[in-house]
Amino acid sequence: MNSVHDNEYYPDVVREQIRELERESMNFSALGAKSVSRRGFMQATAAVGGGMLLAFGLLGSEKAEAQQAGGGGGRPAGPPGPPFNPSAYVKIAPDGKITLYSKNPEIGQGIKTAFGVILAEELDAKWSDVIVEQAPINSAVYGAQFAGGSTSIPSAFMSLRQAGAGARAMLVAAAAQQWGVPASECTTSDSTVMHAASSRSLGYGALATAAAAAPVPAVTDLKLKDRKDWKLMGKRTTGVDNLKLVTGQPLFGVDMQLPNMKVAVFEKCPAVGGKVASANLDEIRKLPGVVDAFVLEGTNKVSEVMPGVAIVAENTWAAFSAKKKLKVTWDETNASKDSWTDFSNQAKEAAKGTGAQELRKAGDVDAALKSAKTTVEAFYTFGFISHANLEPQNTTAWYQKDPEGDKLEIWGSVQIPDGARQTAAAVCGVPQTRATMHQLRVGGGFGRRLMQEFVSEAALISKQAGGVPVKLMWTREDDMGHDWYRPGGFHAFKGGLDDKGKLVAWSGHAISFSDSTPGGNKRAVQGGGWPSPGEFPADYTPNYRLAQTLREFHIPCGPWRAPGSNTCAFLVQSFMHELSTAANRDHAEFLIETFSNKQPPAAGAPTGFGFGGGGLNPERAVATIKAAVERSGYGKPLPKGHYHGLAFHFSHQGHIAEVAEVSVTKDKKVKVHKMTVVGDIGPIVNLSGAENQVQGCVVDAISTMSQEIIIENGRPQQKNFDTYKLARMSHAPVVDVHFLNTDYPPTGVGEPAFPPAVPAICNAIYAATKHRIRTLPITREGFTVV
Amino acid sequence: MAKVKLNVNGTDREVEVADDQPLLWVLRDELKLVGTKFGCGIAQCGACTVHLNGAPVRSCSVPAVAVAGQKITTIEGLAQNGVLTAVQKAWIDLDVPQCGYCQAGQIMAATALLRTNKNPSDSDIDNSMQNLCRCGTYVRIRAAIKSAAKTLNGSAT
Repeated sequence: MNSVHDNEYYPDVVREQIRELERESMNFSALGAKSVSRRGFMQATAAVGGGMLLAFGLLGSEKAEAQQAGGGGGRPAGPPGPPFNPSAYVKIAPDGKITLYSKNPEIGQGIKTAFGVILAEELDAKWSDVIVEQAPINSAVYGAQFAGGSTSIPSAFMSLRQAGAGARAMLVAAAAQQWGVPASECTTSDSTVMHAASSRSLGYGALATAAAAAPVPAVTDLKLKDRKDWKLMGKRTTGVDNLKLVTGQPLFGVDMQLPNMKVAVFEKCPAVGGKVASANLDEIRKLPGVVDAFVLEGTNKVSEVMPGVAIVAENTWAAFSAKKKLKVTWDETNASKDSWTDFSNQAKEAAKGTGAQELRKAGDVDAALKSAKTTVEAFYTFGFISHANLEPQNTTAWYQKDPEGDKLEIWGSVQIPDGARQTAAAVCGVPQTRATMHQLRVGGGFGRRLMQEFVSEAALISKQAGGVPVKLMWTREDDMGHDWYRPGGFHAFKGGLDDKGKLVAWSGHAISFSDSTPGGNKRAVQGGGWPSPGEFPADYTPNYRLAQTLREFHIPCGPWRAPGSNTCAFLVQSFMHELSTAANRDHAEFLIETFSNKQPPAAGAPTGFGFGGGGLNPERAVATIKAAVERSGYGKPLPKGHYHGLAFHFSHQGHIAEVAEVSVTKDKKVKVHKMTVVGDIGPIVNLSGAENQVQGCVVDAISTMSQEIIIENGRPQQKNFDTYKLARMSHAPVVDVHFLNTDYPPTGVGEPAFPPAVPAICNAIYAATKHRIRTLPITREGFTVV
Repeated sequence: MAKVKLNVNGTDREVEVADDQPLLWVLRDELKLVGTKFGCGIAQCGACTVHLNGAPVRSCSVPAVAVAGQKITTIEGLAQNGVLTAVQKAWIDLDVPQCGYCQAGQIMAATALLRTNKNPSDSDIDNSMQNLCRCGTYVRIRAAIKSAAKTLNGSAT
């Protein structure tokens, strides 16, 4: 079925990870209960120059299995296996320096610090001894390496703890052997093994070389720390790269330099799908600093290389200047002609029907609506938005002719480095074994860099330029004009309440788009703004219907921070407030009552894969709502002119409730004074990082309430920050963050803290003005955020 | 093309630049001082903020030839002999950055603010800190400016 349910919100690698985490969370009982059920393996080797290297992998992937079979799963018992990659997870040098390797990209979610904290905690390392480095991109050693879906913490939490505990056990074994005492009498603290009875102690550095020869403990024998003994986890740890950041050291993709490197720019048709008919290439080639200019036919896939003109120059300014003088005549026969105005008109018509496809049905919605005491109908609209990463897309690539097979080397700021490498190699006709990728720090992810066409562009430009290393730089206008947008969309609701004001009927009709981009899959667009079929309140309403109508759309749309959820929460949580308001009920009480109304599984209904689906636990939801009400004083008197709004949303395994405190002037200027955010994301790894993500989510939500990419004649109209506004300092409210710190498995919070913020603010605007915001951006309804 | 002398972080540098080449691209491409970032190219985002004779400017929109002979300070020039400034320290202590891309510009703007206003109020900070942070770290930038102000005022007395 061409439905939202099988839509590819994310690339496959991210989707598989999310599915696995959802399965795990559904089978979960308490923290640690399944900690040793995963089959892992460890390998230890002596480091060059002394010390130890410890690698850890999860079995399950063919590569890992093969590696273990070859390597013997520890100290080799028979003939030595293939050489083990020396930089897997932990390296302890004789001087006591402990290097931890963070496998996933750092995109501003703080994963490099969080991974280091998890490992150091179980290793019992002194934090000041620890260096965290980006691990090489090597799926044979690390498995999937990506940043997406808030999956890094939940997928790696247990394996990193086991790696740390394994290294610690080997250090203890080495000390015990040296002292001739039982290992059970030894304790560890601050990178030191101690034997209290004989008052002896040795630092990890002094033990590392001997520890490398100690037997590798079986993962099932490892004893992980009790939560009460955590010293680092749950505390505030400043980012491991902060010193480099505040002193301006090179870290990001744009900072990449290579000898003889040129800078490239790439001009594509402003309406996706257009091809180059002609261009003033001769004129461009004569411009100062320009090395070459040529047409790239590309592969005509938006995920690879669309047709365009590349200019290669000595430096960035020469390239940018030449690009301004470039004149291309586009053949727009197959280019997008999409128009938001047309879509809006068509959607209003479509909303009169019940929808082309029914995605989920329970009970009898029409009968329930007919017999309901109160019914509410509403039509919601939300526009397209851009990711607007502050670091524009860029990649450094070097294609080299080689008699043994052509080579490709890439340095990039991306979210799925190995995927980018594979695609670029295929596009350039380079054997996969001859292509390497270096992950650099990412100047903002937000889902944009899960889509990585700019990597293939850079690689192909390097190839066509004759094998010179090039840094492809997108201008801001390229970045905003060629995004994988968070799609706009429409949603028509009908809801019914019984005589006690209880929710008895819910009908949703999503009017969205199908991916008709060149190379697109014709399914519902990525990150579309509709509930997945398992989305709340599907399982909590006796009579429920979800339908969709799709229109063809030719411009790329993609995952944008909390895909689906980022609009779904606005729709569902605003409409829930419309219902509680119509019933004249307290909104918190209405939400809590709805969560207590779990329905038996509907026959044949999807089990709720997705970003509001599997894993929603009503008890956890209610706990966050109650805590948010209490902390914010929701329902209690506020300063004159201030009003509260409440919303809850579950996504990415995070249960989050938020209360906005706003005031609105007569001329509809909205000031968000404070946001209270209560999250149940399990135990906190780095409190500072987690709070930072929540504060950022709130500001981002406020930003999006004023943002819109308007598409007309296939052309996104907003190209830079003068017309596409981001929140500034003055817009940022006080953010009170509170985590429930439960024993459920941890999850990332870079995404789930975003979705409830917008409806909380909109519900507060209603409380202040009795005007229901049904359109994003709110500027379309005459409101502005100040 | 023109030869231009610039004083960058206390050192005289001579570079050959295009007549309209912004200071940003001289710093990044010619002098390899890449801490100053490119974000928008139209002086909207402030990622390229440097100090020109101590005052903050958006280096993406200042031609290098227009600032010949003048004193330019970049993020790389703030710490002296490896000793961080109070603003840089506050940024680390309060763990301000997320992706970190805008933070060099933010620090340059905050440093300039504290030079002219020893004890900025919330509204002073709102008015003078006009740099964009896509990650939304404004809550922490505000706190870090206040923390740095406290340190600076404390050390002055």
